[in-house]
Amino acid sequence: MQILDRRLNPSGRSLPNRQRFLRRAKALVQEAVRDASAKREIRAADTGGEVSIPLHGIREPNFQLGAGGRRDHVLPGNKQYREGDEIARPQGGEGGSGSEGAPEGGGEDAFRFALSREEFLSIYLDDLELPDLAKRRLVDASDPAWQRAGYAVSGTPANLSIARTMRNSLSRRIALKRPKPEAAAVLEAEIAALDGKPDQAEQLLRLRAELERQLLRARRIPYIDPIDVRYRRFESQPRPVARAVMFCLMDVSGSMTEEMKDLAKRFYTLLYLFLQRRYKHVEIVFIRHTHEASEVDEEAFFHSRETGGTLVSTALVEMQRIVADRFPPADWNIYAAQASDGDNAAGDSQRTGQLLVEHILPACQYYAYIEVGRDGDQGIPGFPRGATDLWRTYEALAAAGAPLAMKKVRHRQDIFPVFRELFAKRGLLDGASA
Amino acid sequence: MNAPVDGGRLLWQGADWDFATLERIHDACAQVATGEMGLEVYPNRIEVISAEQMLDAYASTGLPLFYRHWSFGKHFAQHEAMYRRGLRGLAYEIVINAEPCVSYVMEENTATMQALVIAHAAFGHNHFFRTNRLFREWTDARGILDYLEFARGYIQSCEERFGEPEVERLLDSAHALMNQGVHRHRRRAPDLLSEQRREQERRQHDERMYNVLWSTLPERASAPPSQGETARRRALLQLPQENLLYFLEKSAPRLAPWQREVLRIVRNIAQYFLPQRQTKVMNEGCATYTHHRILHRLHEQGRISDGALLEVLHSHAAVIFQPGFDDPRYSGINPYALGFAMMSDIERICRSPTEEDRQWFPDFAGCGEPMPVLRHAWAEFRDESFILQYLSPHLIREMRLFHLLDDAAAPVLRVAAMHDERGYRRVRQALARQYDPAWTDPDIQVVDVDLAGDRRLILEHAAIDGRLLDEKDAKQVMRHLASLWGYDVLLREVAAAGGATLREHAVGPPR
Repeated sequence: MQILDRRLNPSGRSLPNRQRFLRRAKALVQEAVRDASAKREIRAADTGGEVSIPLHGIREPNFQLGAGGRRDHVLPGNKQYREGDEIARPQGGEGGSGSEGAPEGGGEDAFRFALSREEFLSIYLDDLELPDLAKRRLVDASDPAWQRAGYAVSGTPANLSIARTMRNSLSRRIALKRPKPEAAAVLEAEIAALDGKPDQAEQLLRLRAELERQLLRARRIPYIDPIDVRYRRFESQPRPVARAVMFCLMDVSGSMTEEMKDLAKRFYTLLYLFLQRRYKHVEIVFIRHTHEASEVDEEAFFHSRETGGTLVSTALVEMQRIVADRFPPADWNIYAAQASDGDNAAGDSQRTGQLLVEHILPACQYYAYIEVGRDGDQGIPGFPRGATDLWRTYEALAAAGAPLAMKKVRHRQDIFPVFRELFAKRGLLDGASA
Repeated sequence: MNAPVDGGRLLWQGADWDFATLERIHDACAQVATGEMGLEVYPNRIEVISAEQMLDAYASTGLPLFYRHWSFGKHFAQHEAMYRRGLRGLAYEIVINAEPCVSYVMEENTATMQALVIAHAAFGHNHFFRTNRLFREWTDARGILDYLEFARGYIQSCEERFGEPEVERLLDSAHALMNQGVHRHRRRAPDLLSEQRREQERRQHDERMYNVLWSTLPERASAPPSQGETARRRALLQLPQENLLYFLEKSAPRLAPWQREVLRIVRNIAQYFLPQRQTKVMNEGCATYTHHRILHRLHEQGRISDGALLEVLHSHAAVIFQPGFDDPRYSGINPYALGFAMMSDIERICRSPTEEDRQWFPDFAGCGEPMPVLRHAWAEFRDESFILQYLSPHLIREMRLFHLLDDAAAPVLRVAAMHDERGYRRVRQALARQYDPAWTDPDIQVVDVDLAGDRRLILEHAAIDGRLLDEKDAKQVMRHLASLWGYDVLLREVAAAGGATLREHAVGPPR
């Protein structure tokens, strides 16, 4: 008999199978992740979680008997039936098809399983059609930035610092007066010269003793002692200790449909993910506005309905107030993202532009404006759809060199290009956040 | 706590165990199993694994190493999700029909559970694997682990050479036909060790092999082939053929040699599992009876404490729980419950038979010693024949079994037989049939290939009692079949009695 301990075997033996499965069910999983992330809070965007996909998409078919025909059942636990009794057919019960034939999930038509954070995020970002490079930056949780950090007395042979080790060795040898090989050579030469001259016997004896002493000392004081050895030390570089706050501004007047809000939410989520990669601590502030603005929580932001006109400037005033109150620009990196369908009350645009240029933009690292519209919304055929009030206002500012990213978004895949501009301005941003 | 005097005899105390404890438990069980019960076992190998490794093992149908395929990932995800939500516990053990017999035990088990598991798997199942006729004739316990290793390596090398998608498609198709990839009647002891060598020989052989299907030279304009000619060709193709994977491996005209080899791997593994599917009740019954008997004996010998025995009984009762048909927990007859009940019933008939038992089982009623009877049953029967032979009226009454007839043509269900004098034989027969693969699995055979025309493959499903195939599934499997065959495929469903065609499915190969 043998007893083996397999517990120490490498785990994750079925990982390749899992990857194959996820690839196989990609479309279904993507759909499920899309649903799940729509229901989640922005903050929870980068955790894993359970998703549920329809079973029929990943069925493994085989020949099995279907319903109908004549079949026999032998059942245990008879209580009142006698031979010849007739029993009404149960609705969808065991009288129907061969329910034993479906080993998977026993009639459940959904298949639930858990995704890890990396898997979830990767699929989510895939869905946004992010380029691989950007995706890797977001998904990869490990920070590979290692930095030299002096020397250590222990380490791997690959990191042995020869120069530093030899320096220590040299100073130790000098300090302990280790005889140099040249000195021994000189002594030996003298001994050789004196050898055979009887009148110098005393001198010879002295020299020999000295040589022996030196050789012994050289043996006792090693050329390189373990205490000399130094290794190059590396430390993983901590992320810049910095805080960021992200303002989500959204027009919630009646003209914004659910679909538009969903696009906006995706945009905010992605921005949050990017910011989270760069900053240790990210706050989110939600400001919604109609003809007046207020700070709300996420639930109210996306889901409650408000009626009223549209005054964009109110949101900017509210943001300005909150910044002054809680987020001094000296301590916080401020990001703002505004989503709107482009409507604004006549006459408010000028005030909006002025507020932006004078108060908001100077405080912000980055200000993004996305104008959401319906997929395939081309306006009236034959008439080119004119730019909206807000768009014209912001366009003028951007042309004047304000750090403003703006984009019309009709579809999920339009979202990422907005971020491309964020990357394009990396130099400026890095300088500001350092 | 037990007095120290007592403690000296006990195999373990408390819940903790170490490897020495396992060894003591194993040796004590071996004494009872091989000494008193006369069981014959392969040498044991007990492997301690973690919960995650147990899930891994689940995912690959309990085999310690298996080739890679997405469906195993799916099963893993499914088990894991259920385990995490607490819907399902893990099995305490998995045992592999190999020599040496490998039993996996979980590290989380208590010492008592380990004893239960060792008695159950390392002796009960092990004896069954070693002595049961089906396992002896259909599986090669010595070769299976090496063969799995070879299969895994071979399929991986195919993936490297031909790409993962290509291999995945092929495996999907092969898995769809796995149930139809076994020989049910031909008997030949498998020799898995020679499989690797054979794979290499196949390539050389194929080049020399003559197959009428591969002849692409235009036929000489002649009269349609005579009756004798057709019969000869059908004989060359070994038609009719119930093993679809075997037929495709040997005769599908458009498969590459590596594809044939993959089909062979899938069907060899299907064949390896065939006895397990036919002996579920007996195998579990044998193992449950064995652990029950061994642990009680150890308790009598004073080597297991009373507390431990209670823990054993608690698990044992949970395993053999059989809810009634109208219970919401009912999901078919529990093979552990039926198996254990039958084994205990045989023991009762041997030791203290009633007049009825003497009438029904004159061969062994009252013989006094149940082990020879049980060992004979375990060696020579499968579920279907075992039930037909050994299910007693006493047990039918005790389980209150009744036979319900469900005819789709009738508006109501009818109780055809029950646990009374008139019904015993009929209930027993109907129950046995539920375990008969000839009855429960569709009987599908390749009957012809249209050699003169478009090489269409023709299959027949002999539908018993008008039970037809599930249409949606059948359609999908047919697509897989057509992609392997490479030409049109036709499946005819005919009535087993009479031969009237009931339905047809036709599928063309993927373009």
